[in-house]
Amino acid sequence: MSFFSEIPTMGRESLRDFKKGIDLNFKEFSRNYGDGIEGFFDPLLMFLVWLEKLLVNSPWPLVILVLAGLAWIGSRNWKLVAGTIVCFMLIGYFGMWKDTMSTIAIISVATLVCISIGIPLGILMSRSRKLEAGITPILDVMQTVPSFVYLIPIIMLLGIGKVPGLIAVCIYAVPPIVRLTNLGIREVDKECLEAVDSFGATSWQRLTRVQMPLALPTIFAGVNQTIMMALAMVVIASMIGVRGLGVPVLRAVSNQYLALGMLNGLAIVALAIIFDRVSQQYGKRLQKHREGRNL
Amino acid sequence: MSDTKIKIDSLYKIFGNKPKEALEYVKQGVGKDELLEKHNHVLGLSDINIDIEDKSIQVIMGLSGSGKSTLIRHINRLIEPTAGNVLVDGSDVLQYDEATLRDFRRTRTAMVFQRFALMPHMTILKNVSLGLELQGKKDDEILNSAMKWIEKVGLNGYEDRYPQHLSGGMQQRVGLARALTNDTDILLMDEAFSALDPLIRKDMQDILLNLQAELHKTVVFITHDLDEALKIGDRIAILKDGIMDQEGLPVDILLSPKTEYVSNFVEDVNRSRVLKAKHIMEKANGSDLSKGMPVDENDFIESFIDRVVAEKPELIVVQDSDKKNIGSLTSKRLSEVLKK
Repeated sequence: MSFFSEIPTMGRESLRDFKKGIDLNFKEFSRNYGDGIEGFFDPLLMFLVWLEKLLVNSPWPLVILVLAGLAWIGSRNWKLVAGTIVCFMLIGYFGMWKDTMSTIAIISVATLVCISIGIPLGILMSRSRKLEAGITPILDVMQTVPSFVYLIPIIMLLGIGKVPGLIAVCIYAVPPIVRLTNLGIREVDKECLEAVDSFGATSWQRLTRVQMPLALPTIFAGVNQTIMMALAMVVIASMIGVRGLGVPVLRAVSNQYLALGMLNGLAIVALAIIFDRVSQQYGKRLQKHREGRNL
Repeated sequence: MSDTKIKIDSLYKIFGNKPKEALEYVKQGVGKDELLEKHNHVLGLSDINIDIEDKSIQVIMGLSGSGKSTLIRHINRLIEPTAGNVLVDGSDVLQYDEATLRDFRRTRTAMVFQRFALMPHMTILKNVSLGLELQGKKDDEILNSAMKWIEKVGLNGYEDRYPQHLSGGMQQRVGLARALTNDTDILLMDEAFSALDPLIRKDMQDILLNLQAELHKTVVFITHDLDEALKIGDRIAILKDGIMDQEGLPVDILLSPKTEYVSNFVEDVNRSRVLKAKHIMEKANGSDLSKGMPVDENDFIESFIDRVVAEKPELIVVQDSDKKNIGSLTSKRLSEVLKK
C-alpha cells in the first residue's frame, strides 16, 4: 500500500546524478563559451559604463537641467517638470545622487535593449500565429519564474557584474513590450489594412505606414511597462554587482537600517513616478489625431 | 463585345477548409443552405459571369450576404477565387505574380470603401496622397494631384484636418478623392454611400455622376439600394445568395424582371421617378410626329406627367437634345407602364 502513502520518485541516486549531469554540462558549457558570450556583450558594457560615468561626473545642475528638459519634451507639463526638479534636489540632499545616477544609467540601457529586441520580436509575432503560439509561453515563463532562478545560470555563465545584472533586468522587463507590440499591430483596423493593400502597398509599406503608426500608442504602453519593470528589478540586480539604489537597500535589509532602506526605496518610487508620468504623457501626445472633433 | 473592360468568367468562391471539394458539390447543384449544413462550407459566389463595359457604371446589387462585396474584391484580388477567371483588358488578373499584382492595384484600380477606411493618423492631405506615396512619386507631383482632387470634391481648407474631425459625408469625399488621385481607369466602389444620410447620399451620387461625365472611368458600384442602383447604373446586376439573378439595363430590370426575387425587389419603386421618356417610347418609324406634346428623351416621367394630365395630348413626342423627333408615346402606354 506504500503506493498511496508515498508518491513515486525517481530515487535519490538517480535524482542526484540527474542534477549533477545538468550542472556539470552547464559548467562545461560556460567554461567553453562563457568568455565568448561575455565578449559579445562588451559593447553594451562599454556603453553602460560610459553613460554611468557621464551622469555621475557631469555637474549636478547640468544633469538636473537635462532631466527637466527631457521631462518637458515628453510631457509639455510644467508641474511635472517642477516635480522632477524637486525630486532630484531632494535625492541629492539626502545623499543618494550617485546611486540614483547609476540606477538611471542601467534603467536607460535596459530599456533601450528591451525596445530594440522587443519591438522587432513583437512585429514578427504579429505576423505569424505559429510564432505567437510559440513565444507567448516563453514570455509567460520569463515573467513568472522567480528572478533568483534565472540569476543562477547567468552568474555561472558571466559571473558577477553589470552585464549579468543588465541581462537579468532585461529578461524580466522585455515581455510587456513584446506582448503589447504584437497586440497593437494585431488590433489595427482590418479595413485600413484592406485599403492600403488595395492601393498596392508592399508589406514593408503596410508595416511602416499603417501598422506601426496605428499601433504606436499600444507599443508605447509597452515601453512604459518595460521601464516600470526594469525599475522593479533594481534591488535584485544589485545582488549581482549592479551599482545603484539597490545596493543601500540591500545593505539596509541585512543590517536593519530602517531609514536608509526607506530613503532609497522612496528614491526608486520617485524615479518610477517621474518615468511613468512623463512616458504616459508622451504616449498620449502621440495620439494627436484622436483629439475630439473640433470642426 | 469588343469594349469589355472587365470580364468575370464562371467565378466561384467558397469559404471553408476544403473549398475545392465543396466546389464539386456546388457544380452538382447543391445550394447555399445545404452546402453549409451538410458540408460546412459557405457558398460566397456561384458561377458569376459579367462583362463590364468600358467607361460605364456597372452596379452590382444585392442584400447583405448576397456576395456583392466578395465579388468586387475579386477584381483587384483582395479575395482569391475558388474557380473562374477575372480578365481586365483581356489579361488574367489571377495569373499575376506579387509584383505585377501590386503594380496593377497601384495604377489600374482604386477602391472606395463602405466605412471609408481612411487612415486615422494621417491628415486629409496625407490620406489623399496615400496611393501616389506608395508608388514613390515625387513630392510636388503628389501635392499637385492631391490638392487638385481635394478641391474637386469640395474639401479645400480641410487638408490639415484629421478624418475624425470630419462628418461622414466629408470623410467619404476624402475616400473618393483618395481613389481618384491614383488616376486609374477602374474605380471600385464597395457600398461607398451606404453609410451616409439620405440627403448626403444624394449629394455624393450627384458628385459621382458629375465626375463620371468628365472622367469616363469604368466604375463597379456595389449597393443594396435599388433607387441608388437605378440612378447611377448604366447596367445593373442583381445578386442573391451568391447567384446572379439578372443582369441588364435598369429599364429592363424594372419592366421585365426575370425572377420572383427581382420582381419583389422592383415592386415598390416609383417608376415615374426612375424611368425616362426614352426608356418607354416607341421608336419613330416614319410616322408623322409633328403633332403632339414634345418632351425631352432624358425627362423623367414624373416631370411631364402633370402636363399630360392637363393637356390630354393624343401623342407625346420624344425629342433628343437637338429637338429631333426620335420616338413617341401614347397616354395608354404611359398608364400601362405606371400601373404595372
